[in-house]
Amino acid sequence: MDSYLGDGLTEDDVDRWVQSATILHSNGDGLDIAVKDGRIVGVRGRAVDRVNHGRLGPKDLYGWQANHSPDRLTKPLIRRDGELVETDWDTAMDAVAGRARELLDERGPSSIAFYTTGQLFLEEYYTLGLIAHGGIGTNHVDGNTRLCTATAAAALKETFASDGQPGSYTDVDHADVIVLYGHNMAETQTVLWSRVLDRLAGPNPPQVICVDPRETPVARAATVHLAPRPGTNVMLMNALLHEIIGNGWIDRRYVEAHTVGFDELAKRVRDYPPEIAAEVCHVPVEQIREAARIIGQAERLLSTVLQGFYQSHQATAAAVQVNNVNVVRGMLGKPGCGILQMNGQPTAQNTREAGADGDLPAFRNWSNDSHIQDLARVWNVDPMDIPHYSPPTHIMQQLRYIEEGSIRFFYVTATNPAVSLPELRRIRSLLSQDRLFLVVQDIFLSETAQLADVVLPAATWGEKTGTFTNVDRTVHLSEKAVDPPGEARPDLDILIDFARRLDLRDKDGAPLVKWSDPEGAFEGWKACSKGRPCDYSGLSYDKLRGGSGIQWPVTEDAPDGTEHIYADGRFWAQPDYCESYGRDLVTGAPLDETEYKALNPTGRAVLKAAEYLPPHELISEEFPFQLITGRTLYHFHTRTKTARAPQLQAAAPEVWVEMSASDAADRGWAEGDLLAVTTPRGRVEAKLRVSGIRPGVLFLPFHYGYWDQPAGYEPDGHGRAANELTLTDWDPCSKQPIFKTAAANAVRLAAGDGPAAAPTTTGSRPVAGDVPPTRGGAAAEAVEELATGGAR
Amino acid sequence: MKLGLAIEELHRSENHLARVLLAVSDRHKADHEVFYVARDIAGWSQRHVTELARIGADFGVDLDPEPEGEPGILEKLQQATSDLLGRRPEPGLLLLADLRHVHREAAGVSLDWELLAQAAQGARKRELLGLAERCHPDTLRQMRWANAKLKESATQALVS
Repeated sequence: MDSYLGDGLTEDDVDRWVQSATILHSNGDGLDIAVKDGRIVGVRGRAVDRVNHGRLGPKDLYGWQANHSPDRLTKPLIRRDGELVETDWDTAMDAVAGRARELLDERGPSSIAFYTTGQLFLEEYYTLGLIAHGGIGTNHVDGNTRLCTATAAAALKETFASDGQPGSYTDVDHADVIVLYGHNMAETQTVLWSRVLDRLAGPNPPQVICVDPRETPVARAATVHLAPRPGTNVMLMNALLHEIIGNGWIDRRYVEAHTVGFDELAKRVRDYPPEIAAEVCHVPVEQIREAARIIGQAERLLSTVLQGFYQSHQATAAAVQVNNVNVVRGMLGKPGCGILQMNGQPTAQNTREAGADGDLPAFRNWSNDSHIQDLARVWNVDPMDIPHYSPPTHIMQQLRYIEEGSIRFFYVTATNPAVSLPELRRIRSLLSQDRLFLVVQDIFLSETAQLADVVLPAATWGEKTGTFTNVDRTVHLSEKAVDPPGEARPDLDILIDFARRLDLRDKDGAPLVKWSDPEGAFEGWKACSKGRPCDYSGLSYDKLRGGSGIQWPVTEDAPDGTEHIYADGRFWAQPDYCESYGRDLVTGAPLDETEYKALNPTGRAVLKAAEYLPPHELISEEFPFQLITGRTLYHFHTRTKTARAPQLQAAAPEVWVEMSASDAADRGWAEGDLLAVTTPRGRVEAKLRVSGIRPGVLFLPFHYGYWDQPAGYEPDGHGRAANELTLTDWDPCSKQPIFKTAAANAVRLAAGDGPAAAPTTTGSRPVAGDVPPTRGGAAAEAVEELATGGAR
Repeated sequence: MKLGLAIEELHRSENHLARVLLAVSDRHKADHEVFYVARDIAGWSQRHVTELARIGADFGVDLDPEPEGEPGILEKLQQATSDLLGRRPEPGLLLLADLRHVHREAAGVSLDWELLAQAAQGARKRELLGLAERCHPDTLRQMRWANAKLKESATQALVS
């Protein structure tokens, strides 16, 4: 059990412990918050929890300190004469609701858009979805989950016709082969990675395969490390499937009984022999064969996928091929056999489930009229009042409508698009238009908040109650431990206030939102999810108190939750039940009901083949590198919390750029040299870290923006946000922006006066031996208590 | 037999469809998904042009295997204009008109493939039938794309 208490306190000093779970990554680890004199003073892992058994990662141990940061927003702000000034809640909310009402009257609901996050609680997403879809009647609702997990959902919808993870973290304990596709688990989910390390250090260790262009800690632990050229994932996957199917390493009975589409898949991958993939991906052909053999001969195969696939070219097509590997091998729904299409954020799963991200609540199908009628029944509104003429509008399309002026009201909750979206010069220019009314609800004055017309100060984790769910479907309750600072209010309260001021009502004239607290919202959600795949009807706050988190579906029949879905080849893919009829993997065009019924009348798993297409932006003489952006262990998103935790900020204080040793040597550059990285869209300056990344590729962490820089929300002279450089392009199927295939150039501005300030403990480990190691020091001393007794 | 004629007509109509898709792409550079997807699927028509030229030789027609040109100066100008006009509402309506046009052209090509497949079957030209079976699904996907994109774009363009 890991714990950290600030101010030199010990457990004896703590007044009380309050149950919660981790919020600065997507693993969903159970933890308790230590409270003393009405303040949060530390955290400890919950040994009883099925997810982490008491373990915590660095962001959990230290990140809570940001709650106390002196620059928290404590009063609403409103723009007067061009400046944001403090105001009271009534004035701020009247301005927000007033402008929304004006626009509804003048231009209709399609002038209103909502952009939320993967960091609120389920209750807040469900309420937001109800207000936007059922009350205001706009189709423009999305979350920043579009940037992190949209492809996970899309890939599951393609293969299984519904969202919902076909894996469980316990599969790590049983698998004999674990394949991580573009998934640097050691930095994104440290506790889950510890579980893999336990296996590797114990008897019968699994073989690990890593697909990543960087030499990550996962790559170092792998039996085979494939480092393909960015943008070629589909080519690589097709070659792996070529070998697996060609060698007959498939479960023919499973394929015949539980799938459709095998013949087309087999035919398609015949055109992708490893020799061709070796050429295109620039990976040794023996490595592809070796990886395919290990996967093909696995007895219990666990596959995990993350941003290396989701944020790259042909995202959904590539992630679907991972599903195909497990499906043709019949490796689903039993211990050790699973797929984890991972999430990037702690509550991203709930954004998807509750219908705040371009999906409808409880995996209802927007193109199935009976699902819309059912949702209208739950909400007591007219089905015509719930827009379903197309899927809810994704953020990149919302921005296009903001650009052309048809969206005039943009309500952003707990996310920072002015740093996290691609091509920032464009984003800043769109968000600062006079004709756009921008509302930002956040806990700090982020880059985006600085552009807002109204800023609403929100409470955060530890200051409000709610539930959230991780990637293996484990639901946790997170209880309020302390009051929010100043006048800050829980997001749920603010949203309900907004609905009341707009006077949103159901079809009988009663208030549309029937609840006024989190538990009421949760009860509403339970009714909405009953009978759907993500069934919460057997859960309650009381049931979630005291013990471990619980995996959905939780029903009368499965009161303790469900470890494996899709056991015995039973899916949620029946045409009248499924969430999605699927899309064309290249054009993104949705299939209609008739097409889906013809393809998959009895609801089997769908094996979908995909052709490889070259990336849209290719390298040239002018831009000879491929630029990929990514994350580091010590920061989360745009550092709004992690940069305010001293130990985390010290570990990764400043942006850097990674390049391979051979590329650096060719140019005579060295560790610590100051480089300018450019694309047709912008320029970033950063110190060079010579790392184990593959030649021809540059890596920039995307966390670093401008809120702690002089100009506040934009570059002052030179840029440091990686997204100054990225291109506006997205996967047509999942609509996830592409952050990993821009063509870029690098020039040296000055020789270095010391190494880059990049962590040495991670994927950015230096090649040179003389870089001082990243160490926590005395300020970061945490306690680990072993189950067998004793502490260290 | 008039198989040569059918191949020649398809070669023309696929070339035309590719050009239409590229032109639509250029006109809607500010609509990034349209810009990129239209280019990707224009590639399918260009591949069909090459394959039709290859098989045309067996039927006595001499066709250019090179698809007709990449965008020139005019198209680059359209891309720049599209960027400049990005802030105005009219491109939404223009997009609907363009997608409708793509759908009609692709429907024509689809019918041409039907004709060719029927003829190939009647004449027992296995290789030609195989080509039709390989290529025609791409045309249907092009049609479905135009249809789906039209449906998705219509509401905002017409209601707001």
